[in-house]
Amino acid sequence: MNPTLSRVFPWLFFAAAAVLPLLFASDYRLFQLTMVVVYAVAVLGLNLLTGYNGQVSLGNGAFYAIGAYTTAILMDKFGVPYWATLPFSALVCAGVGFLIGLPALRLGGMYLALTTFALAVATPQLLKYKLFEGWTGGVQGIVIDKPDAPFGLPLNPDQWLYLFCLLVGGVLFLAASNMVRGRIGRAMRAIRDQPTAAEAMGIDIAMFKTRTFATSALFTGISGSLGAITIQFVAPDAFGVPLSLTFFVGMVVGGGASIAGAIMGALFIQFVPNIAEEVSKAAPGAVYGLILIGFMFLLPGGLASLLRLLNGKRA
Amino acid sequence: MKRRSLLATAGAALAAAPLARALADTVVGVTATEIKIGNIMPYSGPASAYGAIGHGHVAFFKRLNEQGGVGGRKVNFITLDDGYSPPKTVEQARRLVEQEQVAFLFNPLGTPNNSAIQKYMNQKKVPHIFLSTGADKWGDPEHFPWTMGWQPSYRTEAQIYAKYIMKNKPAAKVVVLYQNDDFGKDYLIGLKDGFGKDYAKYVLKEFSFEVTDATIDSQAVSMQATGADTIVTAATPKFAAQMIRKVADMNWKPLHFLTNVSASVGAVITPAGPEKAVGIITSAYAKDPTDPTWDKDAGMIEWRAFMKKYLPDADLTDGGYVFSYGVCTTLLQVLKQCGTDFSRENIIKQAASLKNLVVPTLLPGVIVSTSATNFHPIRQMQLSKWSGKTWELFGDIIEGTGA
Repeated sequence: MNPTLSRVFPWLFFAAAAVLPLLFASDYRLFQLTMVVVYAVAVLGLNLLTGYNGQVSLGNGAFYAIGAYTTAILMDKFGVPYWATLPFSALVCAGVGFLIGLPALRLGGMYLALTTFALAVATPQLLKYKLFEGWTGGVQGIVIDKPDAPFGLPLNPDQWLYLFCLLVGGVLFLAASNMVRGRIGRAMRAIRDQPTAAEAMGIDIAMFKTRTFATSALFTGISGSLGAITIQFVAPDAFGVPLSLTFFVGMVVGGGASIAGAIMGALFIQFVPNIAEEVSKAAPGAVYGLILIGFMFLLPGGLASLLRLLNGKRA
Repeated sequence: MKRRSLLATAGAALAAAPLARALADTVVGVTATEIKIGNIMPYSGPASAYGAIGHGHVAFFKRLNEQGGVGGRKVNFITLDDGYSPPKTVEQARRLVEQEQVAFLFNPLGTPNNSAIQKYMNQKKVPHIFLSTGADKWGDPEHFPWTMGWQPSYRTEAQIYAKYIMKNKPAAKVVVLYQNDDFGKDYLIGLKDGFGKDYAKYVLKEFSFEVTDATIDSQAVSMQATGADTIVTAATPKFAAQMIRKVADMNWKPLHFLTNVSASVGAVITPAGPEKAVGIITSAYAKDPTDPTWDKDAGMIEWRAFMKKYLPDADLTDGGYVFSYGVCTTLLQVLKQCGTDFSRENIIKQAASLKNLVVPTLLPGVIVSTSATNFHPIRQMQLSKWSGKTWELFGDIIEGTGA
């Protein structure tokens, strides 16, 4: 691809993603695609932290849960419209992410992975905790309403929700790609690859690491909010360890340190389990595992490496 | 010539259109030859052991189709995997309702999973019946007229224990150990229903624990310290086994009621020590496939013959298959009562019109009954006591209190 094309391509992709599904996809397919957008934002959030900055997190599902619950509680208890909950959930998650990023500074590699994993393990129990029960609805969770299209747009709720999520997701993807392409992104990668050299160059490692944590939490939190609106239900057991691992799988399969990889990773975690189930009802988990191993053998750099390969050949 | 044939085709299509639309409007998922039924099970993920239930269903409908189907139609049974994840349940429910266009959803499994789709199913007015979960909230026809449970709820079970205690041990001093989730809390509600205004007189104190706790030892010690002589334990297998062991080790000999969720010999009694569990009381509504009492029972002979032919490799001690056979038999009765009208309205109406149905895998005397106001199909259980070797049923069939 030549440089102009590669600059225009994301916009073409976005336009196609906005128009084509509305014309051709059924409500059910739109729902699935909406979940792809939701997962893509979550995988992107994890990618900023782990892929670009090298801080391994197995607990981003916790931020997703906080975002989802912030939205659900605001809508259910305070009657806040769905769109207005997003800034709140972004703020809350960024704050929590920043705080968790502080102790994480002292931990590297496996130890950080384990600490964040503990976060994922604790989340469902915390959500069930008696003190918060009045708000979180305890184990029963919270059921929320599906938004209708505003301004009398001729769209059904599924179509509108898809567009809404796509728009929010698009803004976040644009922000992320600008961020990683510039000075901040270089600093993030420098910290990942050569922390000593980065520090010698005058990069404030502590600041960058905690802020990356906060940004990652913000992205994942908004994704959680969008997910809650799409599913119309939050319950503690939906936000356990498997969710965090799903994001991790999405990131690795899509390709670490890749913006486009997040989209491909999201497609993978949304659709491949369904394919595995088609193959075998007796052991869908085993089929999924095999597909995963196959992917890692054939594309160790993730799906994004396929794109880079194509790019490289053409240039 | 060409134009005329085109016109003729168009005319025929126009004439047929209203008919086709009328059919589509009223009987989604039903054609002249088949009826499409949807189901969601955790074939993967943390609860995949329950997948046996889904495999049982598939075999049941295979037999039904071989025997000619029901109402002149074959059953097209579509079962999907949700990995026990509520968001996935929503996706699969939408796939079944919108993409596959099933007539109704039968026996999806899991409390959080069904909570996630209950509103959707009721908005779409698609029957959501005979769920695989013991939560009590599935019998609420006033707010959710399209959703119906099947098995006795945890609440009903607790009502039955309360009823037994009031009748047979009126001076009992009761302590309750419950798991702090919807499962455990349903038992508290059930005990409150059962004891009614005398609740405070019977129950000295309630103790809770989290599923994440390592042990319930400290609770057990505090429970003994209250001076109680009766325990109701609403705990999942691991904690139930700890409780049985701890109570025996403390040399405490209370009357001990144990939720039937934890009545498994392999998972609870054996690890706790069969001799330590002697005298513990639980309850049952279905026949235990490992209980020799039912070796010559007509219902279980029927079930074993079915298993041998359609699921020859399955583990016959897995209660999931017995459950599957029972709930499928109930559904078959509903479909028979539908006659040839398989509209969604009629399906839920017939599901709510079961009269004293006897199911081969349920205990003798336990019947399935529903009405427009009663969406709890099974409300009776029988108590059974651990003898040291097996669970032995005793006493009469007891019915839960309240509606």
